[in-house]
Amino acid sequence: MAKRPKIFGLLAEYETPADLYKACEKVRDAGYGAWDAHTPFPVHGLEKAMGLRPSLVPWIVCVMGFSGAALGYLLQWWTSVVDYPLVISAKPFNSYPAFVPVIFELGILLGSFGAVFGMFGLNRLPTYYHSVFNSSRFSRASDDRFFISIEARDPKYDPDKTRELLESTNALSVEEVED
Amino acid sequence: MSAHHDAGGLPAHEEIHIGEKSGWRKLPLVFGVIGLAGLGLGFATKGEHGADFYFAYLVSLMFWLALGLGGLFFVIIQHGTRAGWSIVVRRLAENAMMTLPALAVLAIPVVFLGAHDLFHWTHVDDPAVANDVMLQAKAGYLNEGSFRVRAIIYMVVWSGLALMYWGWSTKQDKARDPIPLTHKMRWAAPLSIMAFALSLTFGAFDWLMSLDPHWFSTIFGVYYFAGCVSFIHAFLALVVILLHRSGYLRGVVTPEHFHDLGKMMFAFTVFWAYIAFSQYMLIWYASIPEETHWFSYRGQGSFLTLSLVLVFARFVLPFLGLMSRRIKRNPKTLMFWAIWVMAAEFIDMYWLVQPVHANEKQAFDIHFGITDIATFVGIGGVVLAVFTWATCKNALIPTKDPRLLESINHENF
Repeated sequence: MAKRPKIFGLLAEYETPADLYKACEKVRDAGYGAWDAHTPFPVHGLEKAMGLRPSLVPWIVCVMGFSGAALGYLLQWWTSVVDYPLVISAKPFNSYPAFVPVIFELGILLGSFGAVFGMFGLNRLPTYYHSVFNSSRFSRASDDRFFISIEARDPKYDPDKTRELLESTNALSVEEVED
Repeated sequence: MSAHHDAGGLPAHEEIHIGEKSGWRKLPLVFGVIGLAGLGLGFATKGEHGADFYFAYLVSLMFWLALGLGGLFFVIIQHGTRAGWSIVVRRLAENAMMTLPALAVLAIPVVFLGAHDLFHWTHVDDPAVANDVMLQAKAGYLNEGSFRVRAIIYMVVWSGLALMYWGWSTKQDKARDPIPLTHKMRWAAPLSIMAFALSLTFGAFDWLMSLDPHWFSTIFGVYYFAGCVSFIHAFLALVVILLHRSGYLRGVVTPEHFHDLGKMMFAFTVFWAYIAFSQYMLIWYASIPEETHWFSYRGQGSFLTLSLVLVFARFVLPFLGLMSRRIKRNPKTLMFWAIWVMAAEFIDMYWLVQPVHANEKQAFDIHFGITDIATFVGIGGVVLAVFTWATCKNALIPTKDPRLLESINHENF
């Protein structure tokens, strides 16, 4: 006897961004946590309809950027004051104006690392497998259709009630997706 | 590609036109009277000390000129880049740019009457100039005749560009087919920006850098330009917030536009620091006497304090203050920083001009007296009278711009 497959959750399909937008507001108001919206292009204001909190990326960039700047200063101070002091064009060892370009560049470098890798981390990228692709309809998420997925691990998830909620929106189809 | 939701429509007539009984309609007269009174008072205090007056006058002139030039740059660059977000504030920038013809008249005292008091290199009979190898070498450029011809060229270019774009933009409000005018403005933008860049650079060389004729910095025009651009974004934010309080432009200029204006204020705060530091560091590192002395007398007496104030007021504090998204989107906090940025621009102009005069007198104490206030209020009054007159005359936004709705519904990510 074949083992009953594990369920990832429900996937609802929408024809327009407006339908998706309204559906997202409903799902948000129903109090779900583990769910997502999938669109072929950015939809302005969707983060509000989904009730997403502001991204953490700016804070990561801020911490990384200032750390980079501090490191840049430390590196130059240590090399030119402590480790190998040399008089260069009659300037003091700790010539901080001359250090600024490197301080600036290292601040930018680590800040941009923070932005790119922080974004990857928060998006859980790279992800090699995602259950939504088990649905054949989902390939249109990168073309002309809009989707909401609600995961079974959400404590509010109930196969019947969640399906009812999604069917009460203007969905073209609601289907169960295997994990 | 993207999609919008809760899209707003075109605003009603009374939201984008200053009402007949609005207090805004009294402002041109009020500012005009204050301005002329200020100029009168300023000239009255001139007395024996012509130089004191003209240096104070030059500080104020370059400060308010930064507003007009900033407005002109804003208008041209938005057309040139086919920007969508800025259309709802572009008319206000056009009004700011319309102060340039008035500023051309206000520049007469500097170019014609006070040149001898301001610019040491005009004293051609003085042996200190006649025997100065460096000044003799520069005499082909730095002589009164060509200085005046260039000043007239700058003023014609700036006023001409301002009147040209103003004419097209207001004509579009009434045009049956507005699209060809948008194309025309975009077509003219690249040539205009080149004329603007050259005239602004040499204008800054002539009127600010040549105050100390031995000193030179090829980046100096960009330095002045950075201030112009900070100024216009701060000014636009302030004016829109005041218009919101009077009930105009609500729902037309939104927190999204405030956010963008704040971002540009932030960006040009950093840009100014980048330019100012590049200029400083190269001179500090090379340590050539005719270059370093420009900074050395700015470190004398109370000007050292002013130099440090400039670094913090112009860069460090607004850099930290304008970083947050929330501060840029909140009209109250944005207004605070807008006023701050404009005040910092004034400190910057004072710092560029007055130390030269102090160095001539060998008296390094900062003074800010009745002449400074009178010329600031005088030139500012005339400039703001023209600005408010232009604001009352036409709609507050370019009503027929083909992409007006895109601008109203503009959103940041």
